[in-house]
Amino acid sequence: MTSNSYFQIIVYIVTLLALAKPLGWYMARVYEGESVGLNRLLAPIETLIYRLSGVNPNEEMRWTDYAVSFLIFNLLGVLAVFALQRLQAYLPFNPQSLPGVSSDSAFNTAVSFATNTNWQGYSGEVTMSYLTQMLGLTVQNFVSAAAGMATLVALIRGFTRRNTDTIGNFWVDLTRSTLYILMPLSLILALVLVGQGVVQTFSPYRSVPLIETVSYEQPKLGADGVALQDAAGKPIMESVEAKEQVIAVGPAASQIAIKQLGTNGGGFFNVNSAHPLENPTPLSNFLEMLSILLIPAALCYTFGMMVGDTRQGWAILAAMTLILVALIFVEVPLEQIGNPALASLSVDQSATVSQSGGNMEGKETRFGITNSALWAIVTTAASNGSVNAMHDSFTPIGGMIPMWLMQLGEVIFGGVGSGLYGMIMFAIVAVFVSGLMIGRTPEYLGKKIEAYEMKMAAITILIPPLVVLGGTALAVMIDVGKASVFNPGAHGFSEVLYAFSSAGNNNGSAFGGLSANTPFYNSLLGVAMLFSRYWLAIPVLAIAGSLAAKKIVPVGLGTLPTHTPLFVALLIGTVLMVGALTFVPALALGPVVEHLQMIGAK
Amino acid sequence: MIKSLKAAIVLFILLSVLTGVIYPAVVTGLAQLLFSQQANGSLINDSSGKVTGSRLIGQSFSSPGHFWGRPSATGPFPYNAGASSGSNLGPTNPALIEAVKTRIQALKDADPDNQAPIPVDLITSSGSGLDPHISPAAAEYQISRVAKAHDVKPEILRALIDANTEDRQWGFIGEPRVNVLTLNLAVDALH
Repeated sequence: MTSNSYFQIIVYIVTLLALAKPLGWYMARVYEGESVGLNRLLAPIETLIYRLSGVNPNEEMRWTDYAVSFLIFNLLGVLAVFALQRLQAYLPFNPQSLPGVSSDSAFNTAVSFATNTNWQGYSGEVTMSYLTQMLGLTVQNFVSAAAGMATLVALIRGFTRRNTDTIGNFWVDLTRSTLYILMPLSLILALVLVGQGVVQTFSPYRSVPLIETVSYEQPKLGADGVALQDAAGKPIMESVEAKEQVIAVGPAASQIAIKQLGTNGGGFFNVNSAHPLENPTPLSNFLEMLSILLIPAALCYTFGMMVGDTRQGWAILAAMTLILVALIFVEVPLEQIGNPALASLSVDQSATVSQSGGNMEGKETRFGITNSALWAIVTTAASNGSVNAMHDSFTPIGGMIPMWLMQLGEVIFGGVGSGLYGMIMFAIVAVFVSGLMIGRTPEYLGKKIEAYEMKMAAITILIPPLVVLGGTALAVMIDVGKASVFNPGAHGFSEVLYAFSSAGNNNGSAFGGLSANTPFYNSLLGVAMLFSRYWLAIPVLAIAGSLAAKKIVPVGLGTLPTHTPLFVALLIGTVLMVGALTFVPALALGPVVEHLQMIGAK
Repeated sequence: MIKSLKAAIVLFILLSVLTGVIYPAVVTGLAQLLFSQQANGSLINDSSGKVTGSRLIGQSFSSPGHFWGRPSATGPFPYNAGASSGSNLGPTNPALIEAVKTRIQALKDADPDNQAPIPVDLITSSGSGLDPHISPAAAEYQISRVAKAHDVKPEILRALIDANTEDRQWGFIGEPRVNVLTLNLAVDALH
């Protein structure tokens, strides 16, 4: 690693942590219903929304009502996105006249965006009309993120309230998250990104002349549009010359801003944030990468403020940051070393002042190794899943670390809201384990952790591995699962494992070689996303309801303090032990085998 | 239940209008007002006002008289800006090694006297397939070939490369890079 590489990483981490407190403070005030600077502008809109929809903002919900509202709202989202994709050919804002999306792909994408996964089974610029991108995908980017934040806030209320059966109002939490937090931040980010070169227009794709004509072969089509075949059954090829280049454009910046801020990750274009019109400069890259972790980091402070002890929030943020930083400093050198198979050819892979060197397959020149590897860690630590380099082409262990970060359950920052409520589940397990060790009833933030909470927390921790490992096992056993694999050998297994790790933890990034836009993968991954979203969110709300009904236990001699370095270590230990024990055998079959083959082949 | 269904439906419609219609429309309006060049694809015009490409989208170059960009994995032809794509080849895939060997051979055939090691970005495909840049090292490597094709002194080309090189943004973010399209436009303008 070069000194500039260290410097860029440090600036990133310091900026992130510096913004956590002010934004966290702001969000806490939003959720506590207090006045914030934007009230004069937004409060009338908020009141109007409640009036039109018949919502009484002062009405409190029990956890079951909260969960039902959450589910109904998400179901509407799935239906709307599905319908928009199927019908886009008949709807306006479709300048490229793109046809309707196939039903399995439309189902997958609808689920993917409603569950805040944003697995991208489709290729944006050749599949989605501008209307689908805006009214379908952008809307879900906002509201799925807001729903995750609402669930977190409900859980926090479970800790702060006593002897009550209500945990807040879902409609209010959803509306305030969208209106006061996500929209203003997205508006600012979108405009800065346009300034850097991200496109934002309703015009059709642009055609520009090429300086050098490109000739290529393509299958010759008959009059009926079907590829012609010769006597041996092979397609007849014809030579074609391309004199022009069609440049895909569209309303990208507005979509990309919320895609990053809401830990969504579904790109406007096929290659996501590797695309020069989606992420044109190092500065746009820095801001997009900062936006991925911004809200998840700040929510830790919001949590601390709302429970009345900011040290609790800092302790969780410290645990997340320590794991993140450690893995960054493993990932960057792995990619910087490069590919040993190229070393014997006359290729220069060293880092110098005039090139980044390293494993550049699938990476962009403007980002080089440091920003591609850093992004890979950040996007998989959060359940964002946008990419600025092709993870399938990373070195074996360089690809394994992002995969493992997802397998940890998306709790190292994680999704907006969902990351922190996932981490609080691990904190509950951690106090339970330490309670067993010292022989006391475990408690967390003044609430006794009993059998019901433990059962629910165990469900949230066990469901994702079940989905990931079960789905992977099924896919590699049957032919339709194996047929989509692109790279041979152990790497092919990694592609499948990565896909289910991503869907089963609502991340959304991919080893892109896997042809996942098939009925089999669209359906199975869609179901995986549904499981891992709702079988986590619902038990979390159940815990919120159960905790809210309990009284608050005063701190005593037997209380384990949960803001100390000891607890941070305990929390990190719990997350890593569960993640390592569950997934090491599967990882050994894919990335580890490939790594040994790679270094052994010299 | 009926009440929450009504709330859900109306709220869904209102939030959809807010985030899916008003928000993108406001961003588009402001973007076209403040940054119309960037918002429309950073297109480059020649002296007569004709569009000759985009500053941010690479093109395919393979003649000896032009600087070559990153290999592109888009289909059906390289640098298809209507369908971005990476190669997704894994590090141990024999197809990757074969592709790299072919690219090395093409570079060596075009400039047999050049014995310098080849900068890695020149023989590995980019993530987007549309990367408009190469590293300064990759530009430097190609000077001898382009100089021969145009019969100009290497210093002249080196000056053009410098003029089309962007340093790390704010001095430390990202990587230094050479814009291949604008560099080649400058090379063509030598005659």
